[in-house]
Formats: sequence, structure tokens, C-alpha cells
Amino acid sequence: MADFDEVIRSCRIERIELETWIERRWVLPARDDGNYVFSETDVARVSLICDLTRDLALDEDAMSVVLPLLDQVYALRSSLRRVAEAIGGLPEPTRAQLREQLRKTPRRRP
Amino acid sequence: MKDPYEVLGVPRDADEDRIKKAYRELAKKHHPDLHPGDKSALAKFQEVQGAYDLLSDKEKRRRFDAGEIDASGAERPPRNFYRAYADGSEGAKYHGFGESADIDLDDLFGMFGGAARAGGRRRGGGQPFQMPGADVSYTLRVSFLDAANGARQRITLPDGRSIDVAIPEGTHDRQTLRLKGQGQPGIGGGEPGDAYIEIHVEPHAFFTRKDNDVHVEIPVTLDEAILGAKTEVPTVSGLVNLTVPKGSNTGTTLRLKGRGILDARTKARGDQYVKLKVVLPDQIDDELRSFIETWSKTHKYDVRRKAGMA
Repeated sequence: MADFDEVIRSCRIERIELETWIERRWVLPARDDGNYVFSETDVARVSLICDLTRDLALDEDAMSVVLPLLDQVYALRSSLRRVAEAIGGLPEPTRAQLREQLRKTPRRRP
Repeated sequence: MKDPYEVLGVPRDADEDRIKKAYRELAKKHHPDLHPGDKSALAKFQEVQGAYDLLSDKEKRRRFDAGEIDASGAERPPRNFYRAYADGSEGAKYHGFGESADIDLDDLFGMFGGAARAGGRRRGGGQPFQMPGADVSYTLRVSFLDAANGARQRITLPDGRSIDVAIPEGTHDRQTLRLKGQGQPGIGGGEPGDAYIEIHVEPHAFFTRKDNDVHVEIPVTLDEAILGAKTEVPTVSGLVNLTVPKGSNTGTTLRLKGRGILDARTKARGDQYVKLKVVLPDQIDDELRSFIETWSKTHKYDVRRKAGMA
């Protein structure tokens, strides 16, 4: 948990930058009595956005393409992990059946 | 630590621009958050960052070239990358909100259970795919007294929804509350996930909590300590009468039975411990000084010997 000032200090960014990122909903800190509260996840995300802006020189337009795509990747990974866990919990004959079915299902080729 | 020029793949006479460009290329290729499935990305990226830190700083680069420093020490302190959190329940809030609100996992999971279309025609049969929504977690700061007495607090979730959180009486620091059905929506008609709220209890100006007991230090005057007194002291549930016994001292501890915090499980209430602290008046007047001068001549007492210090 960190507040606004702690985040701009630890990520070495300008106040206005973080304000803009929150406004664009790139970062979604919780609010407590009108003050922002950043979780560890939020802070790691601010560092990521900072890397993308500084190190990779993405401008705002590029960022609004990249960030949602990245979120989709993470959302898909997290959903796939749950599916994999669910499959892992099935009895072996069913898993064997699934493997067999996957083997039979052709990969799409261009 | 490898040679930074080698890490960035630039010649030793590369100018600033070339170094920056090389760094940018490698950062794109190896940033751990852009390659969540690549286990080697983290080490590689840190190596690249370290090399860039050294070569992008004119003074450091000059000293490295002159052999005054080696490449070690250019590593950055370890940091937590986003990918470590993005899959967790806290990261779930970024999966469907903000700019990426158009993700439709129904679409993806609709493929299971034979809903996939091939060449415009349905193939396969079976049940449509259903999956419960993901759990999400949040943290909430709660004042000491609200946690002790219970309260309702309205929180605004990052997606703009606000929910009423009932903080039960006796909630302790880092306790997690579960709000059923307040997580991410389910897929294909599946149940929504749950929201987990971790409570962070703020410290109080004078109360501290140990298990279900409350500890407080109460200042008393010299006359109250010597002669005894009746006074009121704050407890988590309001003011309570307290008798200060005659001859009390700093450190004397009194117990107010059942004035502590309710244990949610056993329904028993803790106690409040009041530790007295004798405080002299701000100004020692002549009357007090001359009285003590006379009194102390005939009433020596050795407090440090008693404490084992002399």
C-alpha cells in the first residue's frame, strides 16, 4: 500500500504524469476518503507504464493500443490457467480423452 | 557481470544515440511484463538495464572505460514486475476494465461445448461452456475504533462500483473479509467471483490492541497519585469511571474487566489495561519546591539501587 506521493517518488515520475494515467484509467488505485491508495499491483503497473514511456518511448497513442492488448494477454493467461487447473482436477480417463481429442483436432494453418 | 558493450551489442565508440537505440530494442525484446511466459526474460532484462545504466551515464561510462570501475554495481535493486501480479486476484481488476473493457471472454469460452463455428456452420454438440468469475482482492484502511466497534464503510471499487462493507465488531489488522458475488462476473452465465477485502487497521493516538485486550496509558497528577482519585478514562466504547488508588505510581496498571474488544468467535470481551503515568505540574512553584526540600532531608529513598542500577 502506498499513497500518491510515495508512488511518484519511488517511480521517479512527475505528479502530472500519474494524474493523467489515473484519468485515462491506465492505473486504477482504490480511493479512501478521497485519497488514492495504491496496492503493490498498482505500483508495479505504474513502473511498467513508466518503462513503456521512458525506455520504450511509447507515446500516448501507442500506449492506448499497447496497454489494452497487454491486459487482454494477462486476462487470457489467467483464464487459460483456470481452465488448465480445472482440467488438472478431472479424472485421468477424462484427461486422456481430452488429449486424444486435441491430437485429432487439426491446427489451423494459413 | 558481463561487459556492458557486449550486453547491448554496441561497439566501444558507440555514441549516446546508438546506445539508446540498442537499449530500446533489447528492452522491447526482453521486458518481463511484455513477455509474461518467458522465464529467462527477467534476468536478461535486468542485465540489459544494468548495462544501459552504466553506459548512459557519461561519468560512469568514462570511469568504466578508464578501468576505474567494473561492470558490477550497475545492477538495479530488485523490483516487483507487473507480471507477478497480473495473474493474481488483485490484477483481475485490470482484465476487464479501463480501456480494455471490450474483452469478451464469453466469446472465447463460447468455443467450448461445440458453439464454435466452422465455415459458418456449428459443429459438435454438448453443453455451452460456463465458468465462474474470478475473485478479486482489495485493501481497505479502517480506523482503530471502527475496527473495534464494527462499522459500515462504503468503498469505491476501481471499476467505479461502490459497495457497502460491513466491518464486524472486533475486526483485527490484516483480517480478510469475503464479499460473496462481488468479484468479476461469470462467463456464459457462470456465478460471479468473490471480492476479498483485506482490512488494514490504523493505529490509534492512545489505544493499542493486544489480542482482545486494549492498553492505554493515562497521565495522572501528583496529588491524584498520592491521595487517590476518581476519574473518567476513555475506552473503545466510551468513558468509564476509574478509581486511582492512593499511593499509585507511574507504571501502576489497573484492569477494567470486560472493557476490551469483542472476540468474534468466542463472543467474550477482552479487558482494558490502564497504565498510570505520574506527571508533575508544568511549573514547579516555590511552595512545592520548598516543601520537597524540607521533606527530602528526612525521607531519602534509593530508587536506582532497587532497579539494580547502583
